Amino acid sequence: MTNSWTDIQNTDLVVIMGGNAAEAHPCGFKWVTEAKANRGARLIVVDPRFTRSASVADVYAPIRQGTDIAFLNGLINYCIQNDKVQWEYTKAYTNATYLVKDGFGYQDGLFTGYDESKRDYDRSTWDYQIGDDGFIVVDETLTNPRCVWNLLKQHVSIYTPEFVERVCGTPKNKFLQVAKMIAETSAKDKFMTSMYALGWTQHSKGSQNIRNMAMLQLILGNIGVRGGGMNALRGHSNIQGLTDLGLMSHLLPGYLDIPTDGAPDLDNYMSTHLFKPLRPNQTSYWQNYRKFFVSFQKAMWGAAATKDNDWAYDYLPKLDVDSYDILRAFELMHQGKINGYFCQGFNPLLAFPNRRKLTTALSKLKWLVIMDPLDTETARFWENHGEYNDVDTTNIRTEVFQLPSTCFAEDTGSLTNSARWLQWHWAGGTPPGEAKSDVWIMAQLGQRLKALYQKEGGTFPDPIVNLTWNYKDPGDPTPEELAKELNGSVLETVTDPADSTKVLLEKGKQLGSFAVLRDDGTTACGSWIYSGCFNEAGNNMARRDNTDPDNAGVFGKWAWSWPLNRRILYNRASADVSGKPWDPSRKLLEWNGTAWSGYDVPDIAPNAKPSVVSPFIMTAEGTARLFARTLMKEGPFPVHYEPFESPIANPINPKIRGNPAARVFKDDMEQFGDAKEFPYAATSYRLTEHFHYWTKHCKINASLQPEFFVEIGEELAKEKGITPGGWVRVWSKRGSVKAKAVVTKRIRPLICDGKTVHVVGIPLHWGFMGEARKGFGPNSLTPFVGDANAETPEFKAFLVNIESIASGPVA
Amino acid sequence: MNMELSRRRFMIGAGAGLAGTTIGALGFGDVETAYAAAIQPFKLLGTTETRNTCTYCAVGCGIIMYSKGNLAKGEQADIIHIEGDVDHPTNRGTLCPKGAALLDFIHAETRLKYPMARKPGSDKFERVTWDYALDRITRLMKDDRDQNFIAKNAAGVTVNRWLSTGFLAASATTNETAWATYKVVRSAGMLVFDNQARV
Repeated sequence: MTNSWTDIQNTDLVVIMGGNAAEAHPCGFKWVTEAKANRGARLIVVDPRFTRSASVADVYAPIRQGTDIAFLNGLINYCIQNDKVQWEYTKAYTNATYLVKDGFGYQDGLFTGYDESKRDYDRSTWDYQIGDDGFIVVDETLTNPRCVWNLLKQHVSIYTPEFVERVCGTPKNKFLQVAKMIAETSAKDKFMTSMYALGWTQHSKGSQNIRNMAMLQLILGNIGVRGGGMNALRGHSNIQGLTDLGLMSHLLPGYLDIPTDGAPDLDNYMSTHLFKPLRPNQTSYWQNYRKFFVSFQKAMWGAAATKDNDWAYDYLPKLDVDSYDILRAFELMHQGKINGYFCQGFNPLLAFPNRRKLTTALSKLKWLVIMDPLDTETARFWENHGEYNDVDTTNIRTEVFQLPSTCFAEDTGSLTNSARWLQWHWAGGTPPGEAKSDVWIMAQLGQRLKALYQKEGGTFPDPIVNLTWNYKDPGDPTPEELAKELNGSVLETVTDPADSTKVLLEKGKQLGSFAVLRDDGTTACGSWIYSGCFNEAGNNMARRDNTDPDNAGVFGKWAWSWPLNRRILYNRASADVSGKPWDPSRKLLEWNGTAWSGYDVPDIAPNAKPSVVSPFIMTAEGTARLFARTLMKEGPFPVHYEPFESPIANPINPKIRGNPAARVFKDDMEQFGDAKEFPYAATSYRLTEHFHYWTKHCKINASLQPEFFVEIGEELAKEKGITPGGWVRVWSKRGSVKAKAVVTKRIRPLICDGKTVHVVGIPLHWGFMGEARKGFGPNSLTPFVGDANAETPEFKAFLVNIESIASGPVA
Repeated sequence: MNMELSRRRFMIGAGAGLAGTTIGALGFGDVETAYAAAIQPFKLLGTTETRNTCTYCAVGCGIIMYSKGNLAKGEQADIIHIEGDVDHPTNRGTLCPKGAALLDFIHAETRLKYPMARKPGSDKFERVTWDYALDRITRLMKDDRDQNFIAKNAAGVTVNRWLSTGFLAASATTNETAWATYKVVRSAGMLVFDNQARV
């Protein structure tokens, strides 16, 4: 989230599209209700299902899943055509005025440089024109046909209300009603917030769904303001934290990149991470990259990371592909190329697509280690449960370890919520049996592996034996010790170069924030964006002061948020070019002539002059990007592409299947179904009574929603002779499930491209372990393909067939 | 049990014994005294309160856990009740249908209690000691790493990666767990490393 849950109270208009906050995030959704009750805010919900969020909306618009870009580009087109643009914001704070290279173009759904055989682009033309002064060429008048604004205007022109109706199935008058309400927030003092979740991410073009709304929010002037923003409703209690800390194949903590084969040494690596400003006088904060990187290396390897060995650059593994994400990992496992696998609090057998492929892949492992508080399906993938897990146990040769870990109630530490608040919590219960904390388990594995290398030697033991591990009990570090490392500390005293008696940083002290990080090995910091969380003032994550001056919704003294305890990202953009708040009644920051002041920590140098330094300090431009340059795989502007499995052909170019730049493995391409064989558009969703595959282990939740079902509309039920509560079989090209049918008015058929499209809803909470009845998940049916940029599996739009059957599965 | 019957029996048995106590002296009659004694004491009396955060979604609702026994004092602590933290700015004491049933997660019958191992081809898990499990796992790790570690790529560039073992990190563990995990996994040279951000 750029903003916070409590800030939603400040909004004029809430758009829930790509999520269902009322059911999936009920206590956060409360702030929508507050805004409606106290400010007269309005709520728009756009969803294939009439959800509980929709039930309290001012306007509900149905949409076919996988067509959000057609809808969102339609909104941008509407705003441009009707002059509903926050011009001052758009011209000053976005790249609208920048000129793009002459070679760049777009035609029939593809940008310049596409290579079909590689499913990839040559992106060299997707960039700005650079002038003789080394800066981007700008046209303040917006008359040059090559400026971003005119290219955008041209790009979205096909997304008319008629096109939206044809592709999305949203009635034209409903779309126009939504567009009119949204366009009103182009006024300088009207703000809209976007709340989204996996309904937008779990598509083969998920990243572009989100980018598209961000572009709309920018031209309406709704980013950086109270009551505005792009608000990703993260699904798990600390998935924000695990991502921030870089627990992914291609990241180091704090969104630094892992080196690749193309960068043999540190100089080479740094040459692509210089972030030189592209406009005069801009901050381009990533220019400090080297300080963040060297301090991370010092946190990892201390004295073994020296200037002479490039700060132990070779201790990091180098990446030879874009990422070893989950999908690639299971593809490699399926090919027999992975021998050992660890699952820490993760149940991939139910969480990833194409379960049959997953079971085959897991069966090829030599060994599997599970760390979990619960008895998961993945831990028992080898156990036969009749139709629910029909495997040949004897022939599965995988050695499996199941390690009992503590749960939240027995563990101390911080979790980063969706609003980037790092909240410390305390253990209150004794763990059951011999359950141990995950920190203990990881420390034990690390220390025992190190001992083996020290005793036996082996292949490149250096990064293992030299890993910094200065904990009082090396076998069981405390959460406080680990948190202090994330914050960072001073390794060697630093004095003022002009006056050596003046100490700038004192050895052994915790760093105040990342602002003092250095690239000479004198500072260590586990994750630069978390620096400030546990400094000399103490554990700021444990702060519990819930005061909120002037009811601004900021709560700046509650816990600690990254970066620098900033509560609203890009908050400099809440004021106009001269530094005055767009809406004085919702002031966040203000320029007082010499400095920025207000309710939040400024997202800019406190004395950065307003007319000189632009608000988006993390880009080299200083502005936000309506045109993404080369940073998105499938193009600098979002294009509507159909899901890989779609009831209709791509209306822009029928030859294009799915996202043309999405990675597809060969076997999976062959397992896509088509609309002739699988005529119904399926989607997955959560229920308010359950959390993933966890709460089926809880008696109360298992009683509230005991049994797997699929949800269909009355029209489809009638057509297929399906009775409410009767058994059905649902199948895709990849698998088949049996379920009870729930027939509702919440799902209605849509008319898309002249064709009636029936939607089938498949909730995701059942398996073969726990208190609830045995059942299946949508992953028995879903395709093995991810978003081109993030590799998030396409769970939200796929094809199935359905038929009525006499009885349920045999266990 | 027949509530009427049990209450009457209780009153007959208890009434005489309680007559003349201080409650009686305050003006309560025998029946009232007995009735007061029959009311269960407030279940949270004498419990220890601990602040925590809901383990499910990322709203990050504050919760208060009530335990019999104080873990901070080194005692056995059994959590008997959980409610929303009214001081928390976001949830202000409210909890959703998942958060309201958190106690059932802690005490689920399918909570794991002991390290277990399944031998190749076996149809069951068998209990093992922590030492056995950890030593066996680290042996498997080292053997696989030593055998399959890639020090240089085909072009002779030092790449120091280990691709034949992978690690999936969680979604509800603490940042501190994540950091300890990062250190161990990355220092071993693993690249097949991911978390639950997408699902």
